[in-house]
Amino acid sequence: MDFALIAKVWTFFAAAAWVTLQISALAICLGLCLGFAAALASISRNVLLRFPARVYVSIFRGTPALIQLFLLYYGGPQIGLQLGPFEAGVIGLGINIGAYMTESIRGAILAVEKGQMEAARCLGLGHVQSMRNVILPQALRLMVRPLGVNAVALIKGSAIVSTISVVELTYTAHRYISSTYKPFEMFILASLFYLVIVSVVSFAVNRIDERVALES
Amino acid sequence: MSNDPIIRIKDLHKSFGPVEVLKGIDMDVAPGQIVALIGPSGSGKSTLLRTINQLEDVTSGEIFFDGALVNRDLPHRQREKHLNRLRQDIGMVFQHFNLFPHLTAIENVTMAPVLLGRQTKTQALAEARALLEKVGLSDRADYYPSRLSGGQKQRVAIARALAMNPKAMLFDEVTSALDPELVGEVNKVMKQLAQEHMTMIIVTHELRFASDVADHVVFMADGVVVEEGPPDALFRAPQHERTKAFLQQVFEG
Ligand SMILES: Nc1ncnc2c1ncn2[C@@H]1O[C@H](COP(=O)(O)OP(=O)(O)OP(=O)(O)O)[C@@H](O)[C@H]1O
Ligand SMILES: [Mg+2]
Repeated sequence: MDFALIAKVWTFFAAAAWVTLQISALAICLGLCLGFAAALASISRNVLLRFPARVYVSIFRGTPALIQLFLLYYGGPQIGLQLGPFEAGVIGLGINIGAYMTESIRGAILAVEKGQMEAARCLGLGHVQSMRNVILPQALRLMVRPLGVNAVALIKGSAIVSTISVVELTYTAHRYISSTYKPFEMFILASLFYLVIVSVVSFAVNRIDERVALES
Repeated sequence: MSNDPIIRIKDLHKSFGPVEVLKGIDMDVAPGQIVALIGPSGSGKSTLLRTINQLEDVTSGEIFFDGALVNRDLPHRQREKHLNRLRQDIGMVFQHFNLFPHLTAIENVTMAPVLLGRQTKTQALAEARALLEKVGLSDRADYYPSRLSGGQKQRVAIARALAMNPKAMLFDEVTSALDPELVGEVNKVMKQLAQEHMTMIIVTHELRFASDVADHVVFMADGVVVEEGPPDALFRAPQHERTKAFLQQVFEG
């Protein structure tokens, strides 16, 4: 193990980790927005909302994220969609994770006991009022953990944006390997940064989950 | 005072898929009347109760509440509005309480009147305190449901329904999920409502309670009303074999 080399390059990896963090955070935000919208659409009575939501989930969970990213980045310009690597990375990852988040959010909403909606409707609350005041507050608590799992998967999966030359952790590891010929050290270093980011996120998710858990 | 029934059910049929569970029910409930609905498991008691506020839609027949046709054939949006309006006047209490677990006892009670613009937050809080006091739970106002006993939960659920100031209350086996020693405190609240002449339909397996509190008992089996009448008559001198068999079974079991 070449510790001297690690000491020399680790700050570059830290900078790259910051990029990984940024791209992941933005993709997660996009994924959450899409996830909430698609989850609500997917449980709607209106087939014009339900059907597109189902199609979105099936397509983006059913095809490789890497192909989706290539399609956006390389195929985009062909249909007039010119995106830089970073933007394409955020959008590609966000749309992909949004499909998984849709299922997490939908699952949490459906996991709220059926009697809750009935009790709310019996009091004379409308469907939307019942959703907002009774179902969603309970579903939010149930979705913290599954969404946390999605977020962690996204962070690790963000390595694929190295293939469209976003200068993040994996890309940086590759770059230093080609100049130092020390793949062992470089990949260990990159892994450590991923591990730190994932650990912090997991810890935060656990804390949030404990915070919001219903007393019992 | 008018003697028009507040609830009138006419030739009500309800099927779940191919299975008909209500086979032509007729029933009138006068204002202030207390009806106990009894019958074997699966006879359709819950289903009947749930059609009254349209938690279940019906296959055919008519339900009137306070003169209005409950199951009016309306486009979805209008039907929702119509039902939201009607349901405010029909309180319902469930076997499994269905309290909102993310809200405290008092928040459970104030939520609907505030959201529906019936009361200001301040009015609703004052009203809710009075209701919790009425059901004997003043000291539990700020407890979350998870920290209440079954009997306490059910009393909060009754207070929650009363907060809408309903014209009638529907009770679906509200003591069946309770430990035996907690049944009394809930029954007591219902008796008190009876004394205040709240219109009530009470589905129950507790025949003693039914005979105590009800002024009319309806015995259902297999989706039809087999026999009905004042508790004394129905319990002491049932006319139909099915009723006799049911009563015998319950009193022996
Ligand atoms: N949502 C449903 N879908 C299909 N069948 C149903 C549904 N709800 C009730 N049933 C059926 O309808 C019949 C009547 O049920 P219901 O719950 O009204 O009976 P009940 O008299 O309340 O019985 P219990 O005393 O056990 O509560 C039963 O055979 C039941 O299996
Ligand atoms: Mg029942």
